[in-house]
Amino acid sequence: MLCKETGARLRVIPMDESGNLVLDQFEKLLGPQTRLVAVAHVSNALGTINPIHEIVSLAHRRNVPVLVDGAQSVAHMPIDVQAMDCDFFVFSGHKMYGPTGIGVLYGKESLLHAMPPYQGGGDMIRSVTFEETLCGDLPFKFEAGTPHVAGVIGLGAAVDYLGSIGLERVFLHEQDLLSYGTRILSRAEGVRLIGTAKRKAGIISFVMEGIHPHDVGTILDQEGIAVRAGHQCAQPVMDFFKIPATVRVSFGVYNTPQDMEALFHGLKHVKEVFR
Amino acid sequence: MADAKELYGDIILDHYRKPHNYRSLDGANREAEAVNDLCGDRLRVFLLVEKGLIRDICFSGSGCAISMASASMMTDRLKGKTEAEAGWILDLFTRLLSGNSAAAPDSTAMGDLTLFAGLREYPVRAKCALLPWTALRSALSPGHVAIVT
Repeated sequence: MLCKETGARLRVIPMDESGNLVLDQFEKLLGPQTRLVAVAHVSNALGTINPIHEIVSLAHRRNVPVLVDGAQSVAHMPIDVQAMDCDFFVFSGHKMYGPTGIGVLYGKESLLHAMPPYQGGGDMIRSVTFEETLCGDLPFKFEAGTPHVAGVIGLGAAVDYLGSIGLERVFLHEQDLLSYGTRILSRAEGVRLIGTAKRKAGIISFVMEGIHPHDVGTILDQEGIAVRAGHQCAQPVMDFFKIPATVRVSFGVYNTPQDMEALFHGLKHVKEVFR
Repeated sequence: MADAKELYGDIILDHYRKPHNYRSLDGANREAEAVNDLCGDRLRVFLLVEKGLIRDICFSGSGCAISMASASMMTDRLKGKTEAEAGWILDLFTRLLSGNSAAAPDSTAMGDLTLFAGLREYPVRAKCALLPWTALRSALSPGHVAIVT
């Protein structure tokens, strides 16, 4: 969309068979014309935790700012935007047990000062005359109009909730589930895991031989197991692995090892139905 | 739908494993494709219509068990029917899956297609069953946009 608007060219960091970004290639893609690097902290389709520190330092060496999409990471691991040294970090409320229709854009102060407002409206101005409009300070100049008050309060509650558990604990819990679930699913008949990077968040994507992901999803659903079946809004990733879609299991702080076992039995049932 | 086995019964699975009329048709005079945006499944339907009669109907592409079986059963059901009859069955099938019709499905007209009735409770999967029928609708009425969303 941005390319259409500005005539920019989009270059894509390639990945390898396991779902890791190829950083050597990334470095070569950075040129004098590169204006922004945008990268997902965690791949929603594969679970790969991308090496943000390396990406940021390679980009900064060429003075290119980096935007990190934290929608899939923010509820699952501790995040320190200053340690990361990213220039922007974005995430959405509903991915962290908060309300829909609200999210956060973090940006380095100097960059936010340098950026013009993207829309006008109430509460964003310092003074207005017919000759000139002066914008308000940060963050008001980016918050034109009536704020999403209920959403803000809800998001705050979600942040407090996750904070009260502790994201370090959440991360360790999900890593345990990930290694247990991966071990169990590798033993399941006819299951091929998609995305086997070394550093992964709590996501297991897979396909079953001869059975379409949607059929797997429906049968699991009837067993009380909620998975996502489809192309995960990541069609280029599906094309890369030459599959139409995957079944994706993603876990949160509320999941247990028993859930993984239920999944294993659910997949056995899928096999039975299609026998 | 109490159990997966009700939906994934022998008849539907047989059609999935060995779909009937699964081929393309060079001499087709009506042809259209439909895509399920949720998974990228894509089915193309070919018809040979002569004097309002469907002489031949077949399909190609790939999909899940539900969409493949639905396509296979659709071609069985519509071969030899008139275009008007095909349109009527298309409407019956669409209503069967939409959940708006309280009446019992017309099994004389629909035959095994009534097996898909359980999908009413699964709107997402109803789209899978409707995929070949969406292609059929486009094929029968030119100008219709062949996309399921």
